[in-house]
Amino acid sequence: MAGEKGEKLVCYHCGLEMHPSEAIWHDGKPFCCNGCKTVYEILHTHDLSRYYTLVENPGINAESISPSSGDKFAFLDKPEIAAKLLEFDDGQTRVVNLFVPAIHCASCIWVLEHLEKLNPGILHSEVNFNTKNVRITFDSRKITLRQVAELLTSIAYEPQINLDSLEKNKRRSENRLILQIGVAGFAFGNIMLLALPHYIQKEGYWLERFAPLFGWIMFGLSLPVVFYSAREYFESALKGLKNRIVNVDILIALGITVLFLRSFYEVITGSGQGYFDSLTGLVFFLLIGKYFQQITYRYLSFERDYKSYFPVAVTKITERGEEIIEIKDIKPGDRLLIRNEEIIPVDGVVMKNTAFVDYSFVTGESLPVEKTVGEKVLAGGKQTGNYIEIEAVSDVDNSYLTRLWSREAFKKNRHKQLKNITDKVSEYFTFVILAIALLAGVYWWWHKDFVTAVWIVASVLIVACPCALALAAPFAFGNVLRRFGHAQLYLKNETVLESMAGIDTLVFDKTGTLTVQEKFKVRYEGEALTDREKSIIKSITKISNHPLSRLIYKAYKQFPVITPEHVQEVKGKGILAYYEGKTFKLGSATWTGAQKGSDSSTQVYFYNGKKVKGVFIFEAHYREGVQALFKRLQSRYKIYIVSGDNEGERKKLEKILPSGTEMHFNMSVHEKMDFTKKLQKQGLRVMMIGDGLNDAGALKQSDVGIAVAEDTNVFTPAADGILKAHQLPYLDVFLKKSKQTLHVIYSAYVIAFAYNVIGLSFAVSNLLSPVIAAILMPVSSISVVVYVTVWTNILTKKLKFLS
Amino acid sequence: MAALYLTIFISLILAIIFLVLFYHSNKTGQYEDTYTPSVRMLFEDEAGYKSVEEKQRESEENTPK
Repeated sequence: MAGEKGEKLVCYHCGLEMHPSEAIWHDGKPFCCNGCKTVYEILHTHDLSRYYTLVENPGINAESISPSSGDKFAFLDKPEIAAKLLEFDDGQTRVVNLFVPAIHCASCIWVLEHLEKLNPGILHSEVNFNTKNVRITFDSRKITLRQVAELLTSIAYEPQINLDSLEKNKRRSENRLILQIGVAGFAFGNIMLLALPHYIQKEGYWLERFAPLFGWIMFGLSLPVVFYSAREYFESALKGLKNRIVNVDILIALGITVLFLRSFYEVITGSGQGYFDSLTGLVFFLLIGKYFQQITYRYLSFERDYKSYFPVAVTKITERGEEIIEIKDIKPGDRLLIRNEEIIPVDGVVMKNTAFVDYSFVTGESLPVEKTVGEKVLAGGKQTGNYIEIEAVSDVDNSYLTRLWSREAFKKNRHKQLKNITDKVSEYFTFVILAIALLAGVYWWWHKDFVTAVWIVASVLIVACPCALALAAPFAFGNVLRRFGHAQLYLKNETVLESMAGIDTLVFDKTGTLTVQEKFKVRYEGEALTDREKSIIKSITKISNHPLSRLIYKAYKQFPVITPEHVQEVKGKGILAYYEGKTFKLGSATWTGAQKGSDSSTQVYFYNGKKVKGVFIFEAHYREGVQALFKRLQSRYKIYIVSGDNEGERKKLEKILPSGTEMHFNMSVHEKMDFTKKLQKQGLRVMMIGDGLNDAGALKQSDVGIAVAEDTNVFTPAADGILKAHQLPYLDVFLKKSKQTLHVIYSAYVIAFAYNVIGLSFAVSNLLSPVIAAILMPVSSISVVVYVTVWTNILTKKLKFLS
Repeated sequence: MAALYLTIFISLILAIIFLVLFYHSNKTGQYEDTYTPSVRMLFEDEAGYKSVEEKQRESEENTPK
């Protein structure tokens, strides 16, 4: 079981590796933090220890469960908000469907479906693993919605409730495609049985008597297939014709129509049994291809906007005390309380305490910004440190972030018009087929009669129906998309994969993309510090909430605290402390009397009472493997950096990047977007790789926008794909594989054409019989599908090792 | 040979019944989540269930010294 893995200890709950000295022992088991221990205790006392036997170390690291988050779900006590979240409410029994991003294994399902053991007020709970939702039925007399949320949080399955969840359409989506496949499969199966006798026996009493009946039954069975299952193909073909685009669906729709009409004719006249089996089989295979390609990561959202970033409610301070109000009810002049780690929902002015606003997600600035009383804070920033009070200066709809989003440029959708690979090929294909049909028709009219000519044209269109052609891309793309998903690059759809293959320019964001968000390296430069001085530095920084102080404090965590005689924080300058009559200073260059260095990186100077001894330099922490990635990329792609941050990291970046890489700093959201547009105007095909809201415009504008996410459960801006951050160094592999996938599809087209040549030769020589169609169609389809599946499997084999 | 009418009729009715059942199951959301039930099925009933550790403890107690 859990315990030791090699020399390192592993947390019994979450599986985190730790040093034996850090472990918290409880019940004979090691835990990495108190959070994990607490969760273990809760589960253990309620006889839910089986949680740990299903999967080894199943828990989520529970360090984040801080006791201070007690008010976090207070807004759920407000009936108006609760009413919007509840799916069912009869005053007593209530049903709520909550999104719990932490769901990841069988143990999660088990514990979340045994919630009634933790609290008898919970009547029933059901997990949907794919969507990471848990639907909880509870007795409102025994437990409130807020308590349900807090109960989940206490066992480290915190539900995520944001502004978006209030507006979500709660209706279940009916899966139409599955039904269409079902209908087509049902008809195909039955028609095959009815069509078979004809293939085996040509004549006889038996057949003569039953053939008309069989024909009519087959006709009846094919009706729902043509009019229900194949509906989208007709719709798409019409749309294509309207827009003067020759897409593959035109050929499919034409093939289906001709097959159906000709078979119908044969049944009416009694001249044959028609091609109903080929017809329904064709639709069945095509739909399966469609289903295979339609890969959905249902718990991921590619279309998120600020609504899923914003909280649901905020605390308003009134004369009567604190009150919880919905975000949309905020009015200018309201006084709001923003706690640590909470997002500022509207533009406002700081009224109490000093704000340290983390804008890294909104603007790309890497370090939190200090805002003192009277200064303005913009919506979207995250407060870090102590709580603050702000006075709203606008409502939500007129705030910085919301206005940004409602700009026209953010709304346009450029993917709709894109022609996919199959359509491009079938454009030529269609004309060739039509030409062949025409020529063959003319030839037979000349040599025989008009009726034969019509039959020939029909045969050509039937046999040319591009089933194999239409199946190659869906199966190849579907397979590769899935494999990419295993390697944690989640693409929105197959079009993105196709666009990826054509990319020649890469634009990277810096903060949060190349660097690790909220992680800094503190480097000390100057004369070596004594242990006492290190202790003093630690003690000085202990009192401060400033983000830089906390970083230094963390770096010297292991030194003992020496309480100073007096300590004082000087706003905007630094901290001052007295030890045995000596003044120690930690702060800006001018204030400590130091010579400021030339580069613009963030620095804090240390003055030990006599002189400035050295300086702390804060550097962003670059992801491992980024340098190697650029080395591999530089020969094939143009690389650009656009950052919302200052130039402080320029030197460092120059070391990492290939020489001569263009870098742009202090870029706003719109500048990033315009920069992408400019590159596209030069004819370049751009992939944008970013992470924050400040990249949202560029992500949308670029040909392929990839959002990098530390954790796919948290908010990511709208993008074409989401890449798990630690997989970023393998970006070149993904790009290469997407190119190779296209090659596989092209070679599959060659095979499909070969089949078509065989089929066409039957058709033009007037030899196409139902039995040949019934053999040729599935054989060509299946062999093409097998071909692309095997090849893409081989191609993406290496990806397995990445995950 | 008239029996054939009957058999075809029956087979079609059966197939249609299955199609209707399929439609119903799709409509009631049985295809919404195709993973969780496969895990849920493996959870044993609580009564009489013993965790691996409990079993170990018991077996240790039962072994004669």
